This record gives sequence, C-alpha cells and structure tokens, in this order.
Amino acid sequence: MNTYPARENWRRIKNQIAVIIIILLALIPTLPLFFILANIIHEGLRSINLDFFLHLPAPPGETGGGISNALVGTFIIVGIAVIIGVPISILAGIYLSEYGKDSKLAEIIRISADVLQGVPSIVIGIVAYAWVVRPMGHFSAFSGSVALALMMIPVVVRTTEEVLRLVPDILREASLALGVPYWRTVMKVVLPTGMVGVTTGILIAVARIAGETAPLLFTAFGNQFMTLNPMEPMNALPLVIFNYATSPYEDWWRQAWATAVVLTFMVLLLNILSRILAKRIAGEK
Amino acid sequence: MKFNLAGQFYDDIFRKISTVMALLIIGLVIGIFITLVIESWPSIKAFGLRFIWTTTWDPVSREFGALPFLVGTLLTSFLALIIATPFALAGAIFLGEIAPPRLANPISFIMELLAGIPSVIYGLWALFYLVPIVRWLEIKFGAPPFGLGMFTASLVLAIMILPYALSVARDVIKLVPQDIKEAAYGLGATRWETILHVIVPYARSGIFAGIVLALGRALGETMAVTMVIGNRSAMPHSIWDLGNTMASVIANEFTEATEDVHLAALVEIGLLLFVITVIVNLIARLIIIRLKVK
Repeated sequence: MNTYPARENWRRIKNQIAVIIIILLALIPTLPLFFILANIIHEGLRSINLDFFLHLPAPPGETGGGISNALVGTFIIVGIAVIIGVPISILAGIYLSEYGKDSKLAEIIRISADVLQGVPSIVIGIVAYAWVVRPMGHFSAFSGSVALALMMIPVVVRTTEEVLRLVPDILREASLALGVPYWRTVMKVVLPTGMVGVTTGILIAVARIAGETAPLLFTAFGNQFMTLNPMEPMNALPLVIFNYATSPYEDWWRQAWATAVVLTFMVLLLNILSRILAKRIAGEK
Repeated sequence: MKFNLAGQFYDDIFRKISTVMALLIIGLVIGIFITLVIESWPSIKAFGLRFIWTTTWDPVSREFGALPFLVGTLLTSFLALIIATPFALAGAIFLGEIAPPRLANPISFIMELLAGIPSVIYGLWALFYLVPIVRWLEIKFGAPPFGLGMFTASLVLAIMILPYALSVARDVIKLVPQDIKEAAYGLGATRWETILHVIVPYARSGIFAGIVLALGRALGETMAVTMVIGNRSAMPHSIWDLGNTMASVIANEFTEATEDVHLAALVEIGLLLFVITVIVNLIARLIIIRLKVK
C-alpha cells in the first residue's frame, strides 16, 4: 500500500506530531485566561446589586457597603488626566506629523515618547509624588491625575501622529490654495479628518489608565468617604480591589471581586469601542 | 501666505505651541530622570555603589542594600519569560501560520482584550486561585507551603506577558513572504520543516524583539506581583521563597517610610528600575527598527 520509503514516512509522522504539539502548546495558555474571566464573572456577579453602586464603603469588619465613592473617584481622576493629557498629546502629535516630520528633533521626540511609555507605572507614581504631593503637603486626586496623564500622553501622541500622517496632502493643498493659513488648515481640515483615529487613541489610553493601580498608591491614596474635591485624597476602583483583596475580611474579598467585574467591564467596553472605531477608519480607507 | 501678515502671525504661534508641547515630552523624560536622582540623593550619598550589592534592608538601623530586590525582579522576570516563551512561540505560529484566518482573527481579538485587563485584577485572581494551586505544588515538592512567593509571582507574570510576546511574534510571522514558504513546500518540505527551517529563522529577530518587549513589561510590573510575592525583604534562597521585587518593595513601603533615607533608598530603587526598563525598551526598539530597514 505504502510506497514511500521509511524515511519519508518518518518525516510525515514527525510533521504531524510537531503540528499537534504546537496546537496543544498554543491552546494551554488560553486556559488561565479563560479561567480568569470566568472566575471574575462568577465571583463578582454574586455580590453586585444596585446598593453596591450607591453606597459608601462600610467600616472595616462590617458587612455590606458599596463603592459609590470609588466609582465617582475613578471618573474624576481619569477625567482630569484626560483634560491634562489630551491637549498636550494632540499638539505634540500635530508637531510630529505637520512640522517635525523626518527631522532629527522629531525622531528624538518619538524615542522620548517610547521611553515614557516604557517607564514602569510605579516609577510614574514616585515622580507624581515628588512633583505634586510633596509641594502640596498631602495626597490628592489631582496628583493621581498627573500620574495617569503621564501614562496616557505617549499613547495619544503616537496615534495622533500616525492618523494625521494618513490624511492625504491633497486636502492640505486644497485648503491652502483657498488662502486658509496653515494652522487653520490643521485645525479645520487635517485634525477633523483624523478625529476618529485620534478618538480611538484616546479611548485606548483611557482604557489603559483606568485600571492603573500602582501610580495611585501614593498619589490619590484612597478614601473611605465620598469626595468631589480633586485636591483631597480620593478613592478609585483599582485601589478598592487592591486594598480589599489584601485585607483580612471575607466580605471585603467578595466586594473586591464585585469591583473587579465593574472595572473589567469598563475596560473591555472601552477597548471594544476603540476597536469598532478603528475598524470604521479602516473601512473608509 | 507670505503676504497675509495676520495669518503668518497665528501660524507662528501655532507652530511654536505645538513645538513646545512636543519638546515637553523630551522634558518629561529628562525631568523624570532628574527627579529620581535628586530624590534618591541622600541614599546615593550614604551608600554609594554598595547599595547595589549589599543584602541588608533594615529601616530600623537605616541600612539599605537593594540586592534582594534586584535578584527578585530579575529572577521572577526571567522565570516568567522561560515559562511564557514556548507557549507564546507556539501560539504565534498557530495564529500566524497554521490556523485559518476565520479562527485566528477572533482568537487574536479576544487575546488582545484580555491583555487589556488591569494588572490588579490578575493579582486578585492569582491571590485566590493561583496561590492554592502553588501551595499544593509546594507540598508535593516538600517546600514550605506558603502558596505566595517568587514562583507564584513568576507564574502570574508569565500569564500577563504572554499576550504581548505572542502578538509581536505573530505579526512578524505573518510578514514572512508567501513565495519563500511556497518555495519550501515546492521542494517537498513538510509543514513542520517549513516552520523550523524557513519561517522561524526569517522571523527570528522579530520574535526576539517581542520577547524583549515582554521582558520590559515584566520588569516593571507592580500590582500583580506585590499581591502574591509575599513581601519579604531578605535575600531569596529558592524560587519557593517569599521575596520582593524592586517594584513591589516600593509599592509596599513608600507610604510607610518615615525616615528620609528610607524614602530616598526606595526612590533609588525606582531610579534603577527606570534605567533598566529604559535600556530594555530601547534594545527592543533598535531590533524593530532594524527589522523595518530589512
């Protein structure tokens, strides 16, 4: 039946074994990732109810209570980070795509953005502590926002540059030919054309910083009470997860899982939204 | 535009503002470095180079040596790399070469979403699900059954960095030109022979870049590690030991440090971590630039 020499048979068998091993190795790591998601949903959904969103944390050791202050805190801290980070990032992105282009300086700025993106989040926390917390004399939500803004800037700069570079020069030339100054061309023609892409970059960056814990440990610090004042210490969802998970109280562990569901859901939603937007850009091109 | 003076005026301003914002990014990087040096100066002055190779970390007697944390960071990161690399490589080959796009695309999508899950949530999961598994393993191996420790931290790190290494490697494997693959098949090579002798050698430097990027991430990872490593500031003697990494000791002690020199020592660890990760990231970047030139 089999007319192949033995050596050829061995090569075929070896091929099949190797491919099966590769597929097995590729599938094993999906197990922990699958379990993480399943466990978060399973453990978390048990303790989520409306009260959990509306109430303040209970005193240590008491059961019940919610995360209303952390939910509000995360929105405020991330919101201020966006207000600080986005204008700087977009303008820097405009510089790279419209003025700097392939110059030496632009290349140094790109490398700097890469370096900034690689700085460990805990180091960013130290720096925000030295820049804001120490001069102010106390922990504050604002210092947390500064730390998070530092983390989002490189992401938004690079996406802004990439998107603006995709805007065809014909559009710029058409606008300039109509006598529109270059800066108005950039603001009214180039930036709006790339706006969807820039928004995608901002969403990705927000998804990244919303779950950051390390830079908030010694900046926003956490707070058991509701506060809307960004100059005071403020609670945030990631801080709740960390503090509750490492606490000795079983009820707090339960709440850590519930908070994890809320945070995971927020981050996944932002990521999916950015994907949909990115796909829309790809479709237009 | 030359004759539109008002327009030119605003053009100048706009150009200057955006240039300043771009320069600000260089300024931030330099500022971070200078801040770290200034803040850690009391410790640099007090301990000098001894800081890097002494093992005593004692806030009470104000004696600080960072070697246990350097070892902790390097050990957990490299162990994580060793654990993650075979899986990442197999996954990249599977998604980039073996699986049909209809299967590969949704898997890649889900994997990238999971890569976005915050590290504190990985830590939470590891604390309640991975720790009991490791404790069971430790009993099997006759090690003290802490459950927490360097090995647990390495496992979480491996799970966390895997999607990064995988997606870079997959992208490079996809870039291998179709014609050289077909040439190999045309010569009668099996799929495995093509992967081993054509695809992997061609994509080698890209795969390496992915691993280096993953290393950069593992070195700086804080929360998940802090939650499961056990936080013991002594020299670890085995992978089952409780330990601390550079990032985790900062996270644990920074708000509790009352002595100036203790705080400065923690910042100096941050400075070391900053320098190490910057170097690792620049190496990865260099490899990727060389790839693009090729």
